[in-house]
Amino acid sequence: MSTLAALARLRAVRTGTAQRLATVRHCHLSERPMVFIPLRLAGEAAAPLAAMVGTDPGHPHLLVVPQPRDRDLRFAFAAELAEIVLPYVEGFLKETETVERRGAEPYERCADAPQLLVPGRSALAFTLLLGRSTRFRRAEGPHAVHPSVPILGRWLTFFAQRARHPGSALLLAATEALSLHWATGQSALEDANLASLIGWIDPPPGTTGADAAREAEDPLVWPPAGPATDPGFDAEVLAPAIRAYEEAPGERAAARVAEAVRTQLDPTWRLMWRAVDLLRGLPEGRGASARWETDRGSFTAFAEQLAEGGPPQPKHDGAVAAASRLARMERAQASYDAQRAYDDPLVMAAYRLTGEAFTGTVVASDPANAEGEGRGRKLRPLLTVRTGDPVRLATGTKLGTPDRRGQQAEVVEVDGELVTLKIVKGMGRGKVATPGAVPEVGDQVCYAALSDEYQPPASLPAPEETPWTHGGPPPEYVPSTEDDQEEWS
Amino acid sequence: MIGAMPSPAAEAAAVVDAVLDDLPRHRGVVVDSPPGAGKSTLVVRAAGHLAESGEPLMIVAQTNEQVDDLIVRLAEEHPGLPVGRLSASDYVVPARVMGKAAVGTKLPELGDPAVVVATADKWAWAGDRTWPWAIVDEAYQMRSDKLLRVAGMFERALFVGDPGQLDPFSVVDGDRWAGLSWDPLQSAVAVLLRHNPDLPVHRLPVSWRLPASAAPVVSEAFYPFTGFRAGTEPGERRLVFRAGGMRTAYDRALEEAASGGWALYELPSRHTLRTDAEAVQAAALLATRLVQRAPVAISERGERPVTAERIAIGAAHRDQVAAILAAGPPPGVTVDTANRLQGREYDVTIVLHPLSGRRDATAFHLESGRLCVLTSRHRHACVVVARAGIPELLDAHPSAEPVRLNVPVKFPDGWEANQAVLAHLAGHRVEAAPLR
Repeated sequence: MSTLAALARLRAVRTGTAQRLATVRHCHLSERPMVFIPLRLAGEAAAPLAAMVGTDPGHPHLLVVPQPRDRDLRFAFAAELAEIVLPYVEGFLKETETVERRGAEPYERCADAPQLLVPGRSALAFTLLLGRSTRFRRAEGPHAVHPSVPILGRWLTFFAQRARHPGSALLLAATEALSLHWATGQSALEDANLASLIGWIDPPPGTTGADAAREAEDPLVWPPAGPATDPGFDAEVLAPAIRAYEEAPGERAAARVAEAVRTQLDPTWRLMWRAVDLLRGLPEGRGASARWETDRGSFTAFAEQLAEGGPPQPKHDGAVAAASRLARMERAQASYDAQRAYDDPLVMAAYRLTGEAFTGTVVASDPANAEGEGRGRKLRPLLTVRTGDPVRLATGTKLGTPDRRGQQAEVVEVDGELVTLKIVKGMGRGKVATPGAVPEVGDQVCYAALSDEYQPPASLPAPEETPWTHGGPPPEYVPSTEDDQEEWS
Repeated sequence: MIGAMPSPAAEAAAVVDAVLDDLPRHRGVVVDSPPGAGKSTLVVRAAGHLAESGEPLMIVAQTNEQVDDLIVRLAEEHPGLPVGRLSASDYVVPARVMGKAAVGTKLPELGDPAVVVATADKWAWAGDRTWPWAIVDEAYQMRSDKLLRVAGMFERALFVGDPGQLDPFSVVDGDRWAGLSWDPLQSAVAVLLRHNPDLPVHRLPVSWRLPASAAPVVSEAFYPFTGFRAGTEPGERRLVFRAGGMRTAYDRALEEAASGGWALYELPSRHTLRTDAEAVQAAALLATRLVQRAPVAISERGERPVTAERIAIGAAHRDQVAAILAAGPPPGVTVDTANRLQGREYDVTIVLHPLSGRRDATAFHLESGRLCVLTSRHRHACVVVARAGIPELLDAHPSAEPVRLNVPVKFPDGWEANQAVLAHLAGHRVEAAPLR
């Protein structure tokens, strides 16, 4: 936790209301997101009990497994879920745009992409498990399932894996999205409770956030947001209802289970849409839109892969796939951090406090400074900035600035309050700087040692050329009927 | 014990010979080297040995500084050996490397030297030439995904490194790969040995850097099953002060460190920010006082004054380093994080304890490698600056990391290593001066 976030939490405790950590929204929010609240049967790793899902706050779909220990019923549930999720997802494939690329063929990208919202991290993990338990199923042979089930499994896996990609918004956990923008007076662990988190951020009139959060801890008023259910509810309401269904399976008994879980899901459903409204109240940051573009690209690429009949995602990454995913994630993390700081002075302030960034007033500017001779002559304008920030940057550190994103500067000297910089990138080929390209004396500027620059990664061997140090080439994947066997399923 | 123990030098030489003997017999050879056990000497010697066979050799190091150090050592030991250095385009050749290696950004620019040295990152871009031999230096600092990028370039390799130092890390969450034998976040050696469990692993048995007062402590805390000993006897190394002291707490801490090899400069218990102003100031003042006392180090290398260049202050975080620098230590004293002090050596070190003033003990702060690096950089003495109450903090925070399937258990346990070091430091405790 940064010092600034710690201060915000202390303030929240003192004032009883959540404090803003951001001035803009750092995640894209779709105009038509799909809220998905899964519940799991206690004591089982991946036995779905119920789900509330839909895109219309007024009309949620409630899907229930009246006996979650019955595997046939589980996959009937998955087929029902597919009937709601797949049309939503596939609806975004119709409209595409052509993206031009320098030095490469243009390609088609979906104009918009689906967005799933789940209550919290554990729901996200459950989505991943649900994907894993369904994507290897088959529509024929023993234990056949509806053909839509494995397709749903692949989509759920895609969404849940993508959620681990820094800055992606295809699948968001509401508690994480809210905690990114507000600090509460409770611990990070308590923030994982959606009801108390929203209690802090948006308490009912007349109460403080602290009081609202305390009330949210009562599972009778605010049932847990899942996938784990309240043990009291399990023992007193759910178990008798399931037992009744087992003794006399039928619509009436199933309806009794459904009514029972509805009481647990309804409050969370309302909270989810309140979370959406709270997040919509913030203007979207520039970087969030840019990252959504990448998300749309990723969505399009996966849809194509699916259409071409590729195999389901493997259970584990191979050596090469793991290294390449790690490299992509690290790059995404660096650019996510940089973009958030550049989009938001409140995020930048944390870097200013640690001395990795500073703001100040330009006291001297030499826009005509150049290095090299003749054709090798390059414009390298010099700036001196007076700042009150505790600058801790070494000479030669590369800096970026939110005001001129294409430029890169280098620290020449830090002398007390005066920082001298040299602009080393983004000055163009002209003999003199274009007007406005170099800050003038008196301008307010901000520079930070954060880079959003794309650096191509070094190449990895092809999977079939995995070297001996990493176990040699992996055996080729042959689909088998045993793919769907899991200890826990 | 019946029969004299072999001398440290003979013992170490026997291991080096065994390593060189094993090289042609195996696809890979691993050498574990505790702090200051002559890792670079081994690398330089093996490079000469392999170059003699006439086959070209690639050397993979992890940082530009390590590459430069190796080139300097190679030029000293094997003056006739043509050496090349691959580097990024913005690399500025430091004075100590000038004229000792052909420098270029691509292999063809180097001519055809017998040995080419570069960082792992640079090698990943070097193209698809295949080398019969490679030496991978600091292999425990290297992430296995980096090894994956370069392993296709060599047929056989010698992997050398210190298993007790900091593990490689990532800014992203790598849980999804935990337990996989090729987990990209594991070190190169960990992945190599999981796939090739029959490769020989040698261990250098003697630390030439650590004094007799420190080697047993570091060995027991951080290398519980692969111990090593000091190359010198107790009393062979001494630290004396030419200038008299004033019996302040700082003087007493320094005198304790000079006589016993260790001192714990203990501030009163308190929860603080990471950049604890009092602890930071104490670290800087201890360094100042140390320089004022005109220390002289007496060792097997003779009698030498301990100048500011031979003193380092180490901390866990970059902001702590910045705060110590701002507190004004004497010019010339190195102040840096554990990560960047890896592989370096000083006469006296002053360490800001990673758990000092903390309310919790996270995995980052409990990582045994961090404390190991900080407490194993010195030839003579180490002064640890810490707030009281760390043992209680440790007791309140047993390691709570989830246990994952198929992840080999790693020793030492950070929690236990921390306790072991603190237990030893308790015997060298000096209470801080009361605040004015």
